[in-house]
Amino acid sequence: MQAFWKKNQQSIAPWLFLLPGIAMFLLYVVYPIFGSIQISFFDWDGLGEKTWVGMGNYVELLDDEAFYTSLKNNILWLVLYLLAIPAGLFVALFLNQTVRGIRIYKSLFFFPFVISQVVVGLVFSWFYDPNFGLLNVALGAIGLEPIAVLADERFVTYGIIVAGLWPQTAYCMILYLTGLNAVDPEQIEAARLDNAKGWKMLWYIILPQLRPATFIAMVVTIIGALRSFDLVSIMTDGGPWGSSRVLAFFMYEQAFSEYGFRMGYGAAIAVVLFMIMMVYISGFLYKMYRDERGH
Amino acid sequence: MFPTPVEKTSAKVRIGYQVALPIALILWLLPLIAVALTSIRSAGDINAGNYWGWPSSFNLVENYTAIFTNTPIGQYLLNSFKVTIPTVIGAVALSCMTGFALAVYKFKSSLPIFFLFVAGNFVPFQILMVPVRDLTLHMGVYNTWQGLALFHIAFQTGFCTLFMRNFIKALPFELIEAARVEGVSEIRIFWYVVLPLMKPAIAALAVLIFTFIWNDYFWATVLTQGADNQPITAGLYSLNGQWVSSWHLVSAGSIVAALPPVAMFFLMQKHFIAGLTLGAVK
Repeated sequence: MQAFWKKNQQSIAPWLFLLPGIAMFLLYVVYPIFGSIQISFFDWDGLGEKTWVGMGNYVELLDDEAFYTSLKNNILWLVLYLLAIPAGLFVALFLNQTVRGIRIYKSLFFFPFVISQVVVGLVFSWFYDPNFGLLNVALGAIGLEPIAVLADERFVTYGIIVAGLWPQTAYCMILYLTGLNAVDPEQIEAARLDNAKGWKMLWYIILPQLRPATFIAMVVTIIGALRSFDLVSIMTDGGPWGSSRVLAFFMYEQAFSEYGFRMGYGAAIAVVLFMIMMVYISGFLYKMYRDERGH
Repeated sequence: MFPTPVEKTSAKVRIGYQVALPIALILWLLPLIAVALTSIRSAGDINAGNYWGWPSSFNLVENYTAIFTNTPIGQYLLNSFKVTIPTVIGAVALSCMTGFALAVYKFKSSLPIFFLFVAGNFVPFQILMVPVRDLTLHMGVYNTWQGLALFHIAFQTGFCTLFMRNFIKALPFELIEAARVEGVSEIRIFWYVVLPLMKPAIAALAVLIFTFIWNDYFWATVLTQGADNQPITAGLYSLNGQWVSSWHLVSAGSIVAALPPVAMFFLMQKHFIAGLTLGAVK
């Protein structure tokens, strides 16, 4: 036994170290993915017998107006959420100085990312309140009519996305501040001698060096946009009349519907969201694979 | 440095920057400042619509005492700690081991396993929801902190493994080889050679996971219900329903819920940012 271990420990040890982590991950992450795909072919209230319906849930989805609303809002989220990246870069450039107290400023600008999205949602619901919210106080001050952002189908999704952009911009800012810290000062000096400044300097010298930060910012922002659930749930509960639903929220709403749980239908929505997400995840993995090979 | 440091510019720009800085900060945090100020107003002010004028009285102590005595917010906070602390310990412990295995040993399935952890970390929560809820019910831990913590440990292991593996990869491999030549066993290498070097990574992950789990709302609503077991995020949502238009209480509750991760961030700022910006520089 002892001799066997001594001889083979280098091939056994990795598996011993991996075992608990892999077991937990298989049970709680990998197996449920397949479980959900399977459940999406059934009609199930979460308690009783499951009834096989084949592609029934997916066919129903194609006819469900709420599905298209959610899909459309998800695309809106995806596109507008990306604004957090240039916004974060802008704030980072503004704060990348060495004046006194700048560290405190950087920390305080990062604040929105540290607090829970539940709190962000409450803060913004209040900010948008048509009677006394800060937004409408400001609109009133410049002589405009108040807007009930969260009760108006035309504005509601934009209103929630703005709330989401607040912490996401802070996140991108911190990524870029770290990136700017590592920019090669010699290249900047050399470019300055060549008379490069302002936009030219940013575009040709700085941005190429910030590419790793931009990549991470893209990954976390896209994933964040597709995961959006908390803010919708807190700020509007999908309303008014379901117009601010996104896929993640729509899935939850159907699975735990007040009119009886529809786990199968919910799972089908989750599978669609998963497929969309897999496009990005595969892209990310492919890039990681190339980097690994490159070493 | 880019942009040009303001010290090297004209006095006009320098002063302009010094003035712009606090103004930008106040604008940026305006929604939060408004909430903090409202949390010390009186109910009278709220009912009279006095949201932005000078408060008729400062009710800091009254409002915060009121939410702790009239609502289960203390219990919610306790529940959050009961879920968050075991999750931090569990996920960090598991990923120290998985990260070590994937960084130090060369074997065929090393990269596929690593990618499995990374990919799993990005999947939408909804694809896991129904089976995880079912599993939790069957294990008899639905609506307990254990049930919530077990799931969080498993899920966070994905991100933590990515982090730990890359951290250990960057350590000098000669240390391990030297120990092997001395005949030190693999387990002792992990414990006595590598683990002591991982302290900064452990600190960074611990603060990050603390914040992520504390702020989790989705799983709290899926796996728990009622004030006895729900963490503060889900609790705040239900309190918001009860406190219709008592905005001074909603505000005070929000501030209380936000404090622990904020405190954590300020205490461990360096580690927090190091963890969050992993990979942002080459």
